[in-house]
Amino acid sequence: MANLVEIRDLKVEATTDSGRRVEIIKGISLDIADGEIVALIGESGSGKTTIALTLMGYARPGCRVSGGSVSVAGKNMVRLSEKERARIRGTEVAYVPQSAAAAFNPAATIMDQVIEITRIHQLMSPDEARAKAVELFRALSLPEPETIGTRYPHQVSGGQLQRLSAAMALIGGPKLVIFDEPTTALDVTTQIEVLRAFKSVMKAGGIAGVYVSHDLAVVAQIADRIVVLKGGEMQETGTTQEILNNAKHPYTCELLDAFEPKPRGAAGPADPQPAPLLKINTLVAGYGPRQTDGLPLVRAVQHVSLEVEKGRNLGIIGESGCGKSTLARAIAGILPAVSGSIHFDGRELGRSARERSREQLREMQIVFQYADTALNPAKSVEDILDRPLAFYHSMRRSARSVRIDELLDMVRLPRNLRQRRPSELSGGQKQRVNFARALAAEPKLILCDEITSALDTVVAAAIIDLLKELQRELGLSYVFISHDLSTVQAICDEVVVMYAGEKVEQLAAAELASGAKHPYSKLLFASVPKLDTGWLDGLDQRPEMARAFSKAG
Amino acid sequence: MNSRVLSLVLSRLLIALITLVIVSFAVFFATTLLPGDTATILLGQAATPEAVEGLRKAMHLDEPSIFRFLRWIVGLMQGDLGTSYANEMPVADLIGGRFVNTLKLAGVTALFAVPIALTLGITAAMLRGSLYDRIVTVLTIGVISVPEFMIATSAVLVFAVYLKWLPALSFANEIHSLTDMLRIYAMPVVTLTFVISAQMIRMTRAAVIETLNTPYVEMALLKGASRPRMVFRHALPNALGPIVNAVALSLSYLLGGVIIVETIFNYPGIAKLMVDAVSTRDLPLIQSCAMIFCLGYLLLITTADIIAILSNPRLR
Repeated sequence: MANLVEIRDLKVEATTDSGRRVEIIKGISLDIADGEIVALIGESGSGKTTIALTLMGYARPGCRVSGGSVSVAGKNMVRLSEKERARIRGTEVAYVPQSAAAAFNPAATIMDQVIEITRIHQLMSPDEARAKAVELFRALSLPEPETIGTRYPHQVSGGQLQRLSAAMALIGGPKLVIFDEPTTALDVTTQIEVLRAFKSVMKAGGIAGVYVSHDLAVVAQIADRIVVLKGGEMQETGTTQEILNNAKHPYTCELLDAFEPKPRGAAGPADPQPAPLLKINTLVAGYGPRQTDGLPLVRAVQHVSLEVEKGRNLGIIGESGCGKSTLARAIAGILPAVSGSIHFDGRELGRSARERSREQLREMQIVFQYADTALNPAKSVEDILDRPLAFYHSMRRSARSVRIDELLDMVRLPRNLRQRRPSELSGGQKQRVNFARALAAEPKLILCDEITSALDTVVAAAIIDLLKELQRELGLSYVFISHDLSTVQAICDEVVVMYAGEKVEQLAAAELASGAKHPYSKLLFASVPKLDTGWLDGLDQRPEMARAFSKAG
Repeated sequence: MNSRVLSLVLSRLLIALITLVIVSFAVFFATTLLPGDTATILLGQAATPEAVEGLRKAMHLDEPSIFRFLRWIVGLMQGDLGTSYANEMPVADLIGGRFVNTLKLAGVTALFAVPIALTLGITAAMLRGSLYDRIVTVLTIGVISVPEFMIATSAVLVFAVYLKWLPALSFANEIHSLTDMLRIYAMPVVTLTFVISAQMIRMTRAAVIETLNTPYVEMALLKGASRPRMVFRHALPNALGPIVNAVALSLSYLLGGVIIVETIFNYPGIAKLMVDAVSTRDLPLIQSCAMIFCLGYLLLITTADIIAILSNPRLR
């Protein structure tokens, strides 16, 4: 056998809820040489994780390999018995899960789980295993490598858990490691350290890898070769350089384009109007019981002031937990602010949504991140859009029906989706309905809370384009909250950087990277991966600085 | 164990204590609402009004009920359960032997039912979707739907009347040998096991299946763990909380809810004693029995809660 992995004409079937068989992997062939790292790239549903899991002889419940062969180190994983597969798992092929936080058993210590592979396969004595684990912790630059194993999973951060899960995969000395979107759930500043640790350990051990991801820039840092997948079929394959610089397949080009968003050129000069549309002043908001000083126990937003002018967009960026969503909720009045003021269109708004008039509520709408949970699954699209029309505009039934068609046109959804329920729509369609519901109120300002974060790159880019178009037509303003710098850059005029509940800096979108003065903004902007294979290695970033700002580090 | 767990456990105990006080209040005033005057019932129709009045005074029935409640609760705390109205015996003596009988029956039943139920629940979860799982599910649903008197009378009909293998009645004080004990306990224990296992099996199965679907169990599979290891090392420790609660709820039924079974098999347990006490308006006896049931229930539930707290490393 020449190659470590040889996949030939692999087909996987899934059984749908209605009992129908659907082919989700349609004949994939793929080779991986010893020590080579191959990335599987594609949007959700493209079958990238399914393919990676077949390398361990595993198909998720409801799926089954229906044809072809998957040979790993000369053994056909499809044909082996469950017992023989179990012997290979962890020793020859190991797995690093997408969400390490969920993949660690909450009831056992980290060390027990990291060395479990050696225990299952009786590779070495527990003491040797522990010593090896500590070595790996060190190699993965985890803090306190001697003692971190005695903790429980909930006692360490997400970035640390992700590296610990890599240690868990490497302890059995595998020839092939499968990384299943291992950094997707991490903040950009944490992602860098995790990527760096993975890369050095893999190179040092000469281990082959399969890196599943939807993020081309991340993959560019770590993979030797990229395989682009869509709908269970291979679209294009080539070395990382070839794919990045010389992509041939239209879908790959689309992916690359989605990564380089068109900057918002059309933004005219700021309106000379003196009064801004939204003006918030030293806003404080948080959770938990009030303390004796009148402030909540957890202050998620601290003394934030900002302004949004008519027809212009403000981006708010920062990593998870920095208070950006809480800020949106406080502006919308869902979570009443504790102190500070909110002026909208020249008038002061009540802190709580209950104290605001219906007209005030109508003029400011909020769109949430997860359309899945924001849309009532029992109602049809029509009913969902009908409600704000009746509530805010008291329109007659026939007028409402006409308006619903208009709204669907606006968000580029076919009118025949009216009768569908949210569960029958795709992720992008749901987010469009979610947005149409906000538009139905005919607002002046829309607060967009991470509305593209749960979507695939290409779909997200389409939503951003839609937002820009609607802005031109309707003269809206957006407050656009995201942790993703490129999306914010694509749509906003001004960007506010938040860190630990405070506004760190406000910058013009065009000069984010060059104009940043605060060390945290600099770190944040420098941490966004670039479509350049040498970016990670060439990065001169002091880890101490990342650690200083990262709760997760 | 840190202070957080300690405070959680203490608060659980405090809640149990408060519940006990509220229940004692409810029990006392609910029993005083029973129709009929105790003194009249005790003395019979022919008693003179003076005699009734005298008895009422002697039994403190003429005092406001709040004083009687306080007198009763102080007595309870000193271990004085009062004197039975019906036969002038201390309630403690009446209950004593019967309570031991009930505990014996409950103990033997628990000894059989809990391991059987847990085994069936866990194996059904492991083999989810298989024929075995479907058979267990159908049987447990069947057993839940059939009322216990139906099971009990059928058992008597089959084993005592037709087959004549077992005695129809269970006189607990006729036990002289192990075979005696087996013969006497067999039918009540089997009946009760049916009744309480079904719920435990379903809860255990559901709790284990839920944890089997978690990413960390999939991770264990991808580490090469065997199926038993996935279940016992990864799924079960995280399913412990709900399972212990289901077990406690089922067992608590063995203390107070077994009246039908005790009646059918004529087993001299405490539930039967309580029903007899209701028919004779024996208030102190009713109240004491009710308090014992409540105490047993609280003990089981609080223990289950504390086990659930201690088994969660996030709290430990």
